Amino acid sequence: MSTPVLELSGISKTFGAVKALSEVDFHVDPGEVVALLGDNGAGKSTLVKVIAGAHPADSGGVISWDGDPVTIGAPSDAQRLGIATIYQDLALCDNLDIVGNLFLGNERLHFPGTLDEVEMERRAVELLDSLSVSIPSLRVPVASLSGGQRQIIAIARSLLGQPRVVMLDEPTAALGVAQTAQVLDLIERLRDQGLGVVLISHNMADVRAVADRAVVLRLGRTAGDFPIAETSYEEIVAAITGAADNPVTRRSTRTGSSATATKDKE
Amino acid sequence: MSQQTHVPNSVDGAQPQDGARRDPRLLTTVASPSGWLQALRRNIRGGELGPLPVIVGLLLIGLVFQSMNDRFLSPQNLSNLTVQIAAVGLMTTGVIMVLLLGEIDLSVGSVSGLAAGVVAVLAVRYGTSEWVAIGAAVGVGLLVGLIHGFIFAKMGVPAFVVTLAGLLGWQGVHLNLMGSDGSINTSSTGPIAMLTQTYFVPVVGWALVLLTLALYLVSVLTVERKRSGAGLPHKSLVEVLFRAGLLALPLVGGVWILNQYKGVPLAFLIFVGFVVMLDLVLRKTRYGRMVYAVGGSSEAARRAGINVDLIRISVFGIASTLAALGGVMLVSRNFAASVSTGGGAELMMAIAAAVIGGTSLFGGRGNAYSALLGGLVLGAITSGLLLLQMDTSVRFMITAAVLLIAVILDAISRRGRKTHARGGA
Repeated sequence: MSTPVLELSGISKTFGAVKALSEVDFHVDPGEVVALLGDNGAGKSTLVKVIAGAHPADSGGVISWDGDPVTIGAPSDAQRLGIATIYQDLALCDNLDIVGNLFLGNERLHFPGTLDEVEMERRAVELLDSLSVSIPSLRVPVASLSGGQRQIIAIARSLLGQPRVVMLDEPTAALGVAQTAQVLDLIERLRDQGLGVVLISHNMADVRAVADRAVVLRLGRTAGDFPIAETSYEEIVAAITGAADNPVTRRSTRTGSSATATKDKE
Repeated sequence: MSQQTHVPNSVDGAQPQDGARRDPRLLTTVASPSGWLQALRRNIRGGELGPLPVIVGLLLIGLVFQSMNDRFLSPQNLSNLTVQIAAVGLMTTGVIMVLLLGEIDLSVGSVSGLAAGVVAVLAVRYGTSEWVAIGAAVGVGLLVGLIHGFIFAKMGVPAFVVTLAGLLGWQGVHLNLMGSDGSINTSSTGPIAMLTQTYFVPVVGWALVLLTLALYLVSVLTVERKRSGAGLPHKSLVEVLFRAGLLALPLVGGVWILNQYKGVPLAFLIFVGFVVMLDLVLRKTRYGRMVYAVGGSSEAARRAGINVDLIRISVFGIASTLAALGGVMLVSRNFAASVSTGGGAELMMAIAAAVIGGTSLFGGRGNAYSALLGGLVLGAITSGLLLLQMDTSVRFMITAAVLLIAVILDAISRRGRKTHARGGA
């Protein structure tokens, strides 16, 4: 098997008296969609922020990138490695058009300070074509787009930096049926392009539709790592809610996770 | 009644090139006069009014005043009008930058007064060269703006409060500087006076018109050729020429009228020059894009790696620098700086002109040409009422009404944009 593009082992994070993450293990392979599941307060957001560099992890854990240990101490470290994070609030400028938003902070210039609009629009068309995304016009303000289109623009923008791991925080939370499908299509296309995708979601239907693996966090600990195809809905929900906290299910979870662990070592 | 052109439904795998870019719901504009008319009608309904209401308003004002006094549209009156609006117009250009950020600068009047004081005190009391005095005044403006920007951006004090303190504080410094002199008269022949006393011979005006049109055509055609080369939607030659014609109309008309009196005034040229420069900076440069981004969503701008604080400080710096230049123009026109320079209606006029010209008070929307259009509207009202020998009280009331109409239009078009999903910022 290929080495994971990103691997975290034994990661802990403490905020004052609260241990938000303790000894969490997590990895993403290239061309794999990993769902990160857990109830509110389980530590999903904290883990994402640790990976994105917003909250550096406590000492003790190891983060490896392509097998080499790295430190992620600031958002710029994560970006330099090739980790793109799309938070729930998207952070788009409503008054700018699509091209303006895609290249915001990363504009193509011809001579000092002057925007190369033609080149930016050409690349924007290329990028959206490669994602098979249909957008009415690239020169309308982003505010006129639907929620799904805005999500897609936010994802597309993160791809301009040519990341290798993309983390999506609740990308389908406020979307309709068709728009959710569009975003899920896009996630599959990212996987097909060989990117590692981390999907944070409460929506089990979405997770089952696109994810290859589901990592469940519960109260800051890894509560399971399930291959989606071989795991039932009930098992995952049990891990999320803690209904699995009894000897019988604990045993089955242990055998399940040891199965994936051996698979990784192959 | 709504004759909108729908693109035929061709978003299938058969045409992936087209399908990825086009959407069946997208209304396209047919490249013909009737197509443009339809697009215009659509924009107006959608709340994208553009400069249309201002231009209609300007024509109405012209017609009304001309019917009441036939000297209103005389070349002499129009020429004076262009010189009169230059000072406040420069302040307006600065205010527009601040409004684009979604903030407000209440200190432009006081800063222009302070700059006027600095120019007069240096040039007359200390006898320095007038050029040095102008430079010092502009430098003081820049410094003041940077202080405002720093306190606003770095310390998080609302811009309203910072510049309100500036409104009072810089007026105090101005009064202190003037000392016991209520008014300082400046030379009527030096460079300061020449700023508003210089008129160019007709041939210069025409040369400028030709140069502007040529530059416009060359730059637009270059871009359109590059766009067509890159396979992007582009304007046809007919449309480019049509737009150039629309640009030529006011240019040729304006220069023709100004040439009938003394020629194109330098003061107006400086004002228009700053407006054009600012427009290019805002639309064509990375810096301008950042200003719009901060005005649209400062959080999104920050996450995109834009140094939001730096943008804010620099915009306040530019605003106060332009206000200081406006103050120099005020001295030039009156041959004097007094304790009341810049302390009157200038501040309100500058902000009103920006809003009347179409820059939104809500941030992120507007352009530099608002200064020109809004300035012309307010200047025309002032000049017309003076011709009719109306009292200042009437002028204030009418200006207030026009301002209110402009703000109402801004608010309504904002609502229109929201309901038509064109961005409510």
